[in-house]
Amino acid sequence: MSEITSSAPAMDVGDSSRFYVLEHHPENSTLLGFWLYLMSDCLVFACLFAAYAVLGRNYAGGPSGAELFELPVVALNTALLLFSSITYGFAMLEMQHQQRTKTLIWLAITGLLGACFIGLELTEFIHLIHDGAGPQRSGFLTAFFTLVGTHGLHVSFGIIWLITLMFQLGRHGFTPENTRRLMCLSMFWHFLDVVWIGVFTFVYLMGVLP
Amino acid sequence: MPEQINLAKLIFGRLTWDAIPLHEPILLLTFAMVAFGGVTVLGALTYFKLWTPLWRDWITSIDHKRIGIMYIVLGLVMMLRGFADALMMRAQQAMAFGDSTGFLPPHHYDQVFTAHGVIMIFFVAMPLVNGLMNYVVPLQIGARDVSFPFLNNLSFWFTAFGSFLVMASLFVGEFARTGWLAYPPLAGILASPDVGVDYYIWSLQIAGVGTLLSGVNLIATIIKMRAPGMTMMKMPVFVWTALCTNVLIVAAFPVLTAVLAMLSMDRTLGTNFFTSDMGGNAMMYVNLIWIWGHPEVYILVLPAFGVFSEVVPTFCNKRIFGYTSMVYASVVITILAYLVWLHHFFTMGSGASVNSFFGITTMIISIPTGAKIFNWLFTMYRGRIRFELPMMWTIAFMITFVIGGMTGVLLAVPPADFVVHNSLFLIAHFHNVIIGGVVFGMFAGINFWFPKAFGYKLDTFWGKCSFWFWVIGFYAAFMPLYVLGLMGVTRRLSHFDDPSLQIWFIIAAFGAFLILLGIGSFVIQLIVSFKNREALRDTTGDPWGGRSLEWSTSSPPPDYNFAFTPHVHNRDAWTDMKNNKFVRPITGFVKIHMPKNTPAGFIIAAFSFAVGFALIWQMWLLATIGFVAMIAVIIIHTFNYNRDYYISADDVVRTENARTYLLNSHV
Repeated sequence: MSEITSSAPAMDVGDSSRFYVLEHHPENSTLLGFWLYLMSDCLVFACLFAAYAVLGRNYAGGPSGAELFELPVVALNTALLLFSSITYGFAMLEMQHQQRTKTLIWLAITGLLGACFIGLELTEFIHLIHDGAGPQRSGFLTAFFTLVGTHGLHVSFGIIWLITLMFQLGRHGFTPENTRRLMCLSMFWHFLDVVWIGVFTFVYLMGVLP
Repeated sequence: MPEQINLAKLIFGRLTWDAIPLHEPILLLTFAMVAFGGVTVLGALTYFKLWTPLWRDWITSIDHKRIGIMYIVLGLVMMLRGFADALMMRAQQAMAFGDSTGFLPPHHYDQVFTAHGVIMIFFVAMPLVNGLMNYVVPLQIGARDVSFPFLNNLSFWFTAFGSFLVMASLFVGEFARTGWLAYPPLAGILASPDVGVDYYIWSLQIAGVGTLLSGVNLIATIIKMRAPGMTMMKMPVFVWTALCTNVLIVAAFPVLTAVLAMLSMDRTLGTNFFTSDMGGNAMMYVNLIWIWGHPEVYILVLPAFGVFSEVVPTFCNKRIFGYTSMVYASVVITILAYLVWLHHFFTMGSGASVNSFFGITTMIISIPTGAKIFNWLFTMYRGRIRFELPMMWTIAFMITFVIGGMTGVLLAVPPADFVVHNSLFLIAHFHNVIIGGVVFGMFAGINFWFPKAFGYKLDTFWGKCSFWFWVIGFYAAFMPLYVLGLMGVTRRLSHFDDPSLQIWFIIAAFGAFLILLGIGSFVIQLIVSFKNREALRDTTGDPWGGRSLEWSTSSPPPDYNFAFTPHVHNRDAWTDMKNNKFVRPITGFVKIHMPKNTPAGFIIAAFSFAVGFALIWQMWLLATIGFVAMIAVIIIHTFNYNRDYYISADDVVRTENARTYLLNSHV
């Protein structure tokens, strides 16, 4: 809760002292604010999911999900991202113990897993475009590329943020600012995981259903 | 594709000299006026050596009060532009009958009505509402600033640069000709191949991100920064409506961001979200844009309701009637705002069941709104009403808004809507609620809080002139449109054949002229008040006998708002303090922790302008550079850990002693 130094009864102000406090330090609102931002981002994804729900079967004579998706690759990709969430969790645990080097190592592993995820996704995209199944081909592919691509963009920005934060952590250590930022990025990273589970289920698994 | 890279194409994209509208005399004249005005302002800034203070105290400022004022200035300036569009439309429609084609070709007229709608909603109403919330909310909850002061500055500059982009479309290229919501397939690349819709998309995209961030900021502020003792049910009603509005912003603006991104992908990359072939679905756009668009109208009107809820008790010297019901009504409106969007397109074939559902939810919204009207009326009942300017605007609002609300309920009945949809009846309805609700609310708010912000009251005579011209002008301008709409005249027409309609359009044009006088009187009111500021000076900080905390500090408030954070015991915190013979502390001040100004917000937003402009003209090189630069500035900004400072106790003592002196010298 917020921290209040209540006013001592001073002589010259008498009863008025109950109407003010000498010092008041409101609780930091960054985590709440960041959580609100995440919810708004969640709504962006909600729109893209809705668009996919509307357009997902509009093949316009082009290929369907059942013909395009390679589930083993997607499974590997999913595993990479889920593991990166676990490793981020380890980084946060090391942060609790104030172990800077170990935190940095776990963060680096997280970033690498994220980069592998992006690499695989890009390969999949290039492959699809090469086969004539680019985003312009049909409503389905438009919605697919936008939804999956937006998620990928988020992960990419997450990686840039992660690298920036590793520099800052290396330079300044576990200051309150850095701890707070690590927690924000943690929320962001796990949030992207949750979204990906939606993508995996809704787009890929349901997409290969006949 | 040619072998060698076409360098000029990479740099300039679609931009050529043809994009400068040298052949349009109206635009040339406008450009001459804007250029003249701009040079005058720049010259004056240089002559009076104001560049440094402008940069130091305003552009880079993260003080919520200054940002609030900048929002309001932006809104008022853009109102002049939006209103110029309105005058052109009214003049065109009053004269373009039979053989006369008027003075605006359809190509230009279509841009004018689109720009009018976009500007009035995004760059007039939103900045005014945001400005008032920014200025007033932290003061009313006894805080020293918002939760994220830097983000606040960034949000403002995003909004401002979004409006600069709209203004740029006037002189470089053109604006959309699609109406203010740019429905595809008309807004698609096939029907609108030029840059107009791209200007639309990117100006709204940039301003929309700013609004979204400011929504996050104000929610966090209201939840976390309230003075001790101020429980949720002790917050002033304006803070409640601000909270509801910002919840709506955070829940609605991502939809706008997403849908505009989809439209721009369709236009730029050739995807198929809303195309008519290849599996696109244009109705999805209409649904998504209204899932944002309907909450948007409540985003605008809820803060206005909040203003009236502050004005009425103050000028009736009574507690507000039915505080709890007021809060619940705001929350119910917030929720219902999401359940009515389809009433904007009853005629698009959703079927009877769906239409009935949305018709009924729409009618239900009038219940909490009606409760609010009755609460204000019961607050006035047996109150000692002082007919000062804010109260006059409030009464005009109550009468006007009820009429607009009733025509809204009429439109909520799907069969009735089938008859008058897309007609001037609809135009009259939403101007009735937006002018009668939001604009009157903003004028009430500006007249009410101006002495707080600048330390002197606004002139009453010119204020009353402005009031009467606006109110009478509004009725003269829009009541004829109800008549025309019922006669079946559709909206967005630049020419008419039936001469019997002309008289109504002439009356409407006369109404618009009266509103022009209203706006002129408002400008004169500002100038006259500034000249007479010594006579109008508010030395007490409480010129109206206010009830909430902002009136407990000086006018204008010091940078830190409150030397000591107030401790709240009552809903009407300041009234409670006055009733208990509160004596302002004059000793024992301590240093105060404050955030530092920073230019980062301005720079980031300026780069976003460059990126937006480059994307509009498909200058891929500039777009890439601008985007990378923007990210770089953001990253560099995060390396700045030195973001706050202390106002020393001596400075606080000096400021507070000055106030003590002022208070004692005017007993």
